[in-house]
Amino acid sequence: MSQNVAGKKPVSQPALGSESFWHKSGTRSVLASLVAIIIGMLAGSIIIIAVGISHGMGGTTIWDGIRLIFGGLFASGRDAAGNLVFSFNPSSFGNMLFRAMPLIMTGLSVALGNRAGLFNIGAPGQYLAGTAASLFVSLSIPNTVLPTWLIWIIAFFAGMLAGAVWGAIPGVLKAFLNINEVLACIMTNWIAANLVTWMFDSSNLKNMLEGTKSGYIYKTSAILNDVSIGGTIQTVGETIPENAELIASRGNVATAKMGLDSIFSGSQVNGGILVAILLAVIIYFMLSRTTLGYQIKACGANRFAARYAGIRDKQNIVMTMAMAGALAATGASLYYLSGNTEFFWSTYQSLPAIGFNGIPVALLAINNPLGVIFSSMFMSMLQICGDRLKELTAYNEFITDVIISVIVYLSAFMLVIKTWITKLQKGKGAKK
Amino acid sequence: MDFLVRQLLIYAVPLMLVALAGVYAERSGIINLALEGIMIFGAFMGVLFVYKVQEMGWFQEAFNTVDGVLAQSRSEIKNLVVPNFGPDAVKALLSLQGFELLAMLFAALCGGIFALLLAFAAINLKADQTIGGTALNLLAPALVLFFIRIIAQQNYLKMSGDAPDWFMLKKTMFGYAKNGEIGFFGSAFLDKVYIATYVCIILFIIMSIILYKTRFGMRMRSCGENPQASASLGINVVKMRYAGTVISGALAGMGGFVYALTTANCSSTGEVAGFGFLALAVMIFGNWKPLNICGAAMLFGLFKCVAASYSTLDINGDGIYWLDTLGINISVYRMLPYVITLIVLSFTSKSSRAPKAEGIPYDPGKR
Repeated sequence: MSQNVAGKKPVSQPALGSESFWHKSGTRSVLASLVAIIIGMLAGSIIIIAVGISHGMGGTTIWDGIRLIFGGLFASGRDAAGNLVFSFNPSSFGNMLFRAMPLIMTGLSVALGNRAGLFNIGAPGQYLAGTAASLFVSLSIPNTVLPTWLIWIIAFFAGMLAGAVWGAIPGVLKAFLNINEVLACIMTNWIAANLVTWMFDSSNLKNMLEGTKSGYIYKTSAILNDVSIGGTIQTVGETIPENAELIASRGNVATAKMGLDSIFSGSQVNGGILVAILLAVIIYFMLSRTTLGYQIKACGANRFAARYAGIRDKQNIVMTMAMAGALAATGASLYYLSGNTEFFWSTYQSLPAIGFNGIPVALLAINNPLGVIFSSMFMSMLQICGDRLKELTAYNEFITDVIISVIVYLSAFMLVIKTWITKLQKGKGAKK
Repeated sequence: MDFLVRQLLIYAVPLMLVALAGVYAERSGIINLALEGIMIFGAFMGVLFVYKVQEMGWFQEAFNTVDGVLAQSRSEIKNLVVPNFGPDAVKALLSLQGFELLAMLFAALCGGIFALLLAFAAINLKADQTIGGTALNLLAPALVLFFIRIIAQQNYLKMSGDAPDWFMLKKTMFGYAKNGEIGFFGSAFLDKVYIATYVCIILFIIMSIILYKTRFGMRMRSCGENPQASASLGINVVKMRYAGTVISGALAGMGGFVYALTTANCSSTGEVAGFGFLALAVMIFGNWKPLNICGAAMLFGLFKCVAASYSTLDINGDGIYWLDTLGINISVYRMLPYVITLIVLSFTSKSSRAPKAEGIPYDPGKR
């Protein structure tokens, strides 16, 4: 299985000083990922061309579509003549970082699971658990009782804890009852979706102030300002008086911008991206430099051999899943505590895409925590490209998801691609 | 009560069929996690087929004939009149039902083709089947939504006209007046139902028999238990696994279309509300056996049906909505199938009948 590649590396690769950079196993893995990315984007381009021709969109539109798939991050609109303009766009870059933030966390979650030989498809459920916990905490503690920065920290850790608990459930089932973690995760995902819908449905956190926002939970910041600007606070007081006081005491819980908003003006980016990157680095060191990391990898390579070597495999599995859950949930905490994001609470029919997108992020990064940072940036860049495609052409943003799913499909047989690359290299060597 | 039975069938039957789809793949040794994705794809292709055919106006005449006859009993004064179906009208009615079957067949075909992607990756390239299935689950909604936006310029694709009127069987078609008495049995099984539901039941029975009582079925099951042993007896494991996966895709694709037709208001929205994953739960709960799956689908269908209509469900006809008075939140009913599956899994994981070789790529050299 492809996820074991990294774990087996030291065994399969003898320490040969003569081995060149291009023939290293790690390099081949990166090359395989790049091949997957290129094929995915080509597939997207082919669909753009095919749809363009069958719908008679004309050559210019098709060409624009393809250019936006590859360079949408730099697109800044159309000029007076209607041609696409490409230039450095700080708000696009900032938004790319902002969107990468939760993806880094769910990607880390899946990558950590893969290192331990556990396919954590439960990231969406863990993400929802984190969402619910951090939103409930941050919106329930009045800012008259505690300072907002403290509320933020409590809500952040509440989300993390909820995710850890939710992730531990499949872990316990796997370790002690030998239930396939994939099945257990799928079940806990849908249980979470319904549980979260139920919790928010019976809460008083549903956004009642803005008529067009039905189905959403309050933002964690600036509730008070919104109300007074809109001048609707009186009506709120009349219709739901017991709620009005509660709403008035909330707000201003938002991640610090840390100056990033001045670098990337006009974007949503905030300090959360730095927290996410820091956590990725911590996980990297945990996996590569600590006993715990070694035990996790040993369990992933062969659970029973690890037990023979004196590693407590059951505790290890539960703890890995709890950590994976905590990581995915942290993504939700960072995203929803940003202050400018809203949660659509009636989610019982669908699971958050950010959770599932952790899978391609981890696979592209070959389960390397530092690689996750880059692969999630790439994913969020693709999403920005999709948005530009929707704004500027007759196509729509779902082509992004098509490209991502093609990449996931290819990463299912990453090992085969790697073998092809090896053969190709050997073929070249023989010709010399 | 008749309403409950009718609703139960509508929910349980696609669930049953898709769960059997899962069994076909897993019994041949391939984990088909992509049931949800294939359902989404099948639903879209089926709806698109109907949409395109309607656009060409092929069955419009038949629909007009049937609708004209039914109009005889539609108004308030006429609702005790039994509409008179002449030979022409019967022919028109049958051709509409045939159209529905054609759409089902098309959805099945597309589901089978879509499942080839999984089969190719899992069998030829020995890929990780879980990841491959996940890829299809991501690919289907993305592709479908992309094309829906292009074709319909909105978030969903709906069959044109009042589509339920095209395909739904009503008691007026069986020689009863609109307000006439048809009895419990008729009301539950003949009024406001789709022929697709019954076709699925028949198909479920046939496919179960094929899996258990024919040479083909037994050979296929052997490939899911010990492919090397099967190969030593001259069975082509690769072919069998391809067959299992493609049949699985066809059944799931058809199930997806039936879902779209009967419960999703004849439209495709790029999702099937987790039905595919629920079918996966049904399959596990039913321990990979058709008869148990049938029971599990009924149970889970009941939850789904109660969740959809508990506030207006009058079980024994005394005018009291008993379930509503219990005050249990709707989410509990929606959640229960998954909770029960987890609990059952934890108690039965030791005696699970899960195919032994599922998820393991076939390696002829491994004995």
